[in-house]
Amino acid sequence: MTEALRAENLTKRFGAVTALDGVSLTLRQGEILGILGDNGAGKSTLMKILTGYETPTNGQLFVDGREVSLHSVDHARSLGIECVYQDLALANSLSVYHNMFLNREILRAGPLRLLDNRAMRRRATECLEGMGVQIPSVDLPVERLSGGQRQAIAVARAVNSDARILLLDEPLAAMGAREAGLIIDLLLRLKREGRLSIAMIMHNYAQTLDIADRIMLMQHGRVTYEKDAGATSVQELMEIVRREYRAVRGG
Amino acid sequence: MTGSRRRFLDAFARWQEASILVVALLLIAWFENANHDFLLTSASLENLSQFVAPAAIIACGEIMLMIGGEIDLSAGMVFALAPFVMYFAADAGIPLVPALILGILAAGAVGLVNGVVTLILGVPSFVTTLGTLFLVNGLTLTISHGTPVTPPGSPAFAEVMGAWGYSEILWTLLVVVVLHGVLRHTRWGLHTIASGANETGAREAGIHVTRLKIGNFVLVGVLSGFTGCLEAFRIGSIDPQAGGNQIMFLAVAAGVIGGTPLAGGSGTIIGGLIGALVLGVLNDGFTLIGINAFLFNIILGAAILAAMLFNIYITRLARKGGRA
Repeated sequence: MTEALRAENLTKRFGAVTALDGVSLTLRQGEILGILGDNGAGKSTLMKILTGYETPTNGQLFVDGREVSLHSVDHARSLGIECVYQDLALANSLSVYHNMFLNREILRAGPLRLLDNRAMRRRATECLEGMGVQIPSVDLPVERLSGGQRQAIAVARAVNSDARILLLDEPLAAMGAREAGLIIDLLLRLKREGRLSIAMIMHNYAQTLDIADRIMLMQHGRVTYEKDAGATSVQELMEIVRREYRAVRGG
Repeated sequence: MTGSRRRFLDAFARWQEASILVVALLLIAWFENANHDFLLTSASLENLSQFVAPAAIIACGEIMLMIGGEIDLSAGMVFALAPFVMYFAADAGIPLVPALILGILAAGAVGLVNGVVTLILGVPSFVTTLGTLFLVNGLTLTISHGTPVTPPGSPAFAEVMGAWGYSEILWTLLVVVVLHGVLRHTRWGLHTIASGANETGAREAGIHVTRLKIGNFVLVGVLSGFTGCLEAFRIGSIDPQAGGNQIMFLAVAAGVIGGTPLAGGSGTIIGGLIGALVLGVLNDGFTLIGINAFLFNIILGAAILAAMLFNIYITRLARKGGRA
């Protein structure tokens, strides 16, 4: 299997704080990688580096085997890397279709560069239908949707932009079972289509093992464990984390 | 909540501009009934348009800022500065049109300073522009020695730039139409709304929020300076005390009454024009029916509060209705 994204020895320091301490990871073509870890383990910093939002202090990144140094979100995006952040990056007062095309609006021909709302509305509807996401209307402001629907819109927006590498920051956070089911179905559906490679930050071990092909555990800015999802279990992961707690308490 | 009630609230919320228009029309009808000279004479219509115009033009700029979650308190002082820059430029031998442009550019430069200090140095815009309010006021008083001067140029030029009774309101309509188009039909407007609704999110989506907001600060500066020049030509005198905080607060009030909350993330340019119209009607109406002018501020204050409560209440109800 070819690799879509590879990171080697990423380090990120914020002043005296080392958020990432030599993290390496490989995301293979068409797989879902689950990244687990406690708060403050460096998951979000890692995500922000992979999307070009932050630049690493040290380390290298490879997209499709070529070394790149991402200098902005736009740059990462031009390489096919899209991220859905935990805060969703949705503008609540804007309609679903404006959110789906935020910062890549369809414009009408002509020197005035006016927004083509009709085209955006139509494309947004098609895209959501194609992904099986059901909402009452693309004209609604997103503040009128449920948490699961909003997450689905955010994922659909990322996918709709011809992303090849999708990064998800806690896609199931604070979601009920039915809502989470909606997103899990969407992710599995995207995986079956096979165009996307997905890395997602997760909190819930059981859900992660359900969706992901591989899992990676981060602690204190390092990767401490990496395995195929089929070859590990919730018990095993819990045991590693418990050992860590005991070590902290004992030390 | 039942479907019909929800639809009603939806329509109401969307109807925001229309509802404030209804208020304006009711006020006009009432004053017209109380005093038949209120609108039907050309003198009072002119008078009304000249009250509405400056507040509405500056309101357009403030609304763009308010949608992005910022405010410019210095607008009224920039209003006074720009015509002096124009005057001194013309005095130094620069032709009239370039001199006018220099005045407006100076106003834009104050906006640029406001934007850079707020966005790049991280001072809240309320504080930044409070500082430049005094600074610019002092600057205007210093360069003018506190004395009014006569605007340069030919009478024809002055007529176009505000001296003819309806030229100011025509300029206003032009500004309103252009900025309404910018807000509703361009990426600039859409991104301004997005950056007010979710600044972090907008940045993460790759929107250049800093550039966008600095641009809107420059816009308010330019519009305030332009308005200052229009008023100078209309009155036939450039006064260092002109504009000031009164015009700035009227502009912000017009925006709020028209349906733009200070919280950011939503707003309407057309609403700002109608808001200015409501203020103008109240002001002229009270004068014409001979009610104490002090009452104007009481009514104005009440109108701002009522508009804000209406906004918050309707938005909250519509939101609640939307979640099944």
